[in-house]
This record gives sequence, C-alpha cells and structure tokens, in this order.
Amino acid sequence: MPESRPEKLIIDGKRLDGRKFDELRPIKIEVDVLKRADGSCYLEMGKNKVVAAVYGPREVHPRHLQDPSKAIIRYRYNMAPFSVEERKRPGPDRRSIEISKVSKEAFEAVIMKELFPRSAIDIFVEVLQADAGSRTACINAASVALVDAGVPMKGILTSVAVAKVDGQLVLDPMKEEDNYGEADMPFAFLIRNSKIESIALIQMDGQMTKEEIKMALELAKKGAMEIYKLQREAIMKRYVTEEGIEVEEVNTDA
Amino acid sequence: MREIVLPGDLISTNPKAAGSGTYVENGKVYSKTLGILDKNENQVRVIPLKGRYTPSLNDVVVGIVREVTSSGWVVNINSPYQAFLPSQENPEVKPNKKLNDILDIGDAIIAKVQNIDPNMRITLTMKDKMCNPIRFGRIIAINPARVPRVIGKKGSMIKLLKSELSVQIVVGKNGLIWLNGDRRKVSIAEEAIYLIEQEAHTEGLTDRIGEFIRRRKSDAGIET
Repeated sequence: MPESRPEKLIIDGKRLDGRKFDELRPIKIEVDVLKRADGSCYLEMGKNKVVAAVYGPREVHPRHLQDPSKAIIRYRYNMAPFSVEERKRPGPDRRSIEISKVSKEAFEAVIMKELFPRSAIDIFVEVLQADAGSRTACINAASVALVDAGVPMKGILTSVAVAKVDGQLVLDPMKEEDNYGEADMPFAFLIRNSKIESIALIQMDGQMTKEEIKMALELAKKGAMEIYKLQREAIMKRYVTEEGIEVEEVNTDA
Repeated sequence: MREIVLPGDLISTNPKAAGSGTYVENGKVYSKTLGILDKNENQVRVIPLKGRYTPSLNDVVVGIVREVTSSGWVVNINSPYQAFLPSQENPEVKPNKKLNDILDIGDAIIAKVQNIDPNMRITLTMKDKMCNPIRFGRIIAINPARVPRVIGKKGSMIKLLKSELSVQIVVGKNGLIWLNGDRRKVSIAEEAIYLIEQEAHTEGLTDRIGEFIRRRKSDAGIET
C-alpha cells in the first residue's frame, strides 16, 4: 500500500515522528549474536533492523581472487524479501550491488589488510526490516561486528545520513523524509580515539547547495559521535564482566 | 585493574614503547584490535580478546591433514593459512613407505611451526620431542586468544589440570587442545577448559577451576 506524500514533512519545527532536526532515531546494538561467526552484531536504528556477520581472515575461495600482498574484503549487503512493505525479489539487485561496493570501499580504508596476505575477510549484512538509511545502519553494524571479530583496524567506522526536507536539513532521515525529501546524503566517518579522523564514504541523492553540504557535514559529524558512543558502549558491555575487568597476569609463552 | 581498548584508541604518545596489538601513526600509538591494555614504563601492548590465530615461529600447533601430496602434507591449523609439512620433516618417513600410509587425510598431528615466509606460507616440522601423530584421545577447540589463559601464569593452570586429573594435555597455540586419558577425567578436563575460556578475564580463576574439578570428580565418583 503505497502511501501518498504527507502535506508537510515539518510541522511546528518538528519532524513527523516528533524528532528535532538534529535528533537521531533510537538505536539498539547487541554484540556477538551469532555463534558460528567470528564476529557479529544486531542493530536497530529506528525501524531498521539489521544483522551483521564477519568471518575471517580466512582462506580465499575461489583461489584466483586472492591477493599475495594483502587481504581481500568482501562485503555483502542484502535485503530480505520481507524487509520492505512490498515483497522484494530476493537476491542482489542493482541497488544492493552498489551499496555493497561503496561500503566495501569504506571498510578497505579502515581494516589493516596488509597483515593478512592471501586471505579474505567476509562481511555479510542482512537487512531484516528496512526504513530509510539502511546502508548507514549496516555500516554501523558491520563495524561493531568487525571489532567483535578481533580484526585489526585503524579505528571504527560510524555512519549516518543527512536529508533535506522542506528546505530544512535533518539528521538521520526516516522513510517519509527519504522518499519525499529533496536530498539525501549518507556519510561514513573513520573515528579514532573518539575523534573524527576522515570521511570514508559520502554519497548524495538530490541536490544541495555548497553551504548546505557544509552544514550537512557538521550535522552528520554530531550524529556520528553519538552513534560512536553507543557502538563503544555495546562492545564494552559484552566484554566487561560485572565484577569489573580484573585480569591476572597471563603468560604468553607456553 | 586493566582497561579494555577498542581499535583506534590512543594508548601512548611514545612511539618507542609500541608493542604487539598496536600501530604508530604521526608519533602516536593506537590500539589496532579489541583487547586488554597492558602498559608499563617501557612498553605498551594490547592483548587481543578475540581473533584468528596467526602463526608465529616455534609455535606448537594441533593440525588436521587436509591433503597428501608427493612431497608432504597440507595441514589445516585453524588459521587463515594452510600449513605444509614436508615429508623430510616427518621422522616416520621411510624410503619404502608411502606417504598416505604414514598420515592420511583427516589424521591429526601435533607439529611445530618451523618457518613462515613473507607470503605467509607456513612450514611445519615434526622433528621435536613434543610432536606426534595423534591416534587416540580427544581434540577440542577454543578461542585462540584464550590459549595463554588455559596455560596460565608460568603454566600454572595446565599443571593444575594435569595433576588433578592425571590426563595428558597438549595445548596448541592455534586453539586446538588434545586430551588423552581416562574418559571420565578427560570429560571433566574438557568442561574445565571451556569454563576457563568463558571466564578468561575474571580474577582468581585458577582457584575456582581447582574447586570445580574436585567437585566434578566427587560427583563422578573418582577417588582423589
């Protein structure tokens, strides 16, 4: 049942779901949810529900894909047929292939691939329920799963989108804002030592002026820092036991 | 009390102190994995909490033969890379014996990492008193990052397991552990090892494991 465009996307300085312009949707992150994956993460970002699984570094099959100097990274973004209102044909389509490609390139900048020549790191992200910004949710989930898998990285990727609706820039758009807004701009940042170090991914759909892009970047940075804190908390919660993190001296040689 | 760090956390500003699990950029030392920070005056390192086993020289590993070739065996050592055991590194090889009669696909071995080339091609050797083909007993798998904990401070944990249960144990650095002995005792040892793996970062673990083993022994009716 395709909905028609709401008359206004912003009512009395508030968005359709009552959020402020610079407010994120509620986020829930759970680490280590899959037993057989090396690292995994379940993440909810508003109505988005995604699961990420990381395998590796492991041997590359088919063999001709392996790189003798570094690990190859494979990223698969996939939407479940039931993730959207109208059943989606299963399997990769033009859109998901593109998202997989850009996300993979974002992660290639963060993962220390040189440490594992001739191997592969596989990242699978399944969208179980999609609202807007599922690629950002997937990147957030995948980077938590990578940390959980113990993959060496320069920092952590955090992703958030900014949209322009009714001439106003809003953080983390939901479905109506994405569908009927004027522009949509997903970002992914490399965060190191709780500071934004660089941009790993940027895309744009629609049009924005130069000033708007600058403002969008600032807005996204603010949102990303909030998400980073949640990602960090989720991982810490999984590994810090209740008694604290007291550790006895361990001996590394047998 | 030690701190858990995530990739990208700044852990030192002295690049000379950078140890394992860290990387240096612009004179600053950052963590590269999820791990526990181990810091002293002249070195900082990050002890990983998770991750695949990366082979290093002279590691004792438990492996499973995956392929027999004319010159040796391809062995799976539970790492991103397959290892190779050349026939001349197996003391059981005799000129009139066929290689697949000595070790066949699916056989397990205890071997030592002899060489790693820059392309991460790993060569194993069995010319060591620890190394043997495994023909009986049980192999269990744990997270390779927890192996130091199973061994314990100066081998205290492994000594405890061996003395309390009088079973043979070989802990492969790759997270595979070979156990041999009385079946009931081996089962208790297996449970104990899984418990160590689970509670690796808690205090007083050695004492608790000792208690656990004694309790399980009396449950199973094994005299101390």
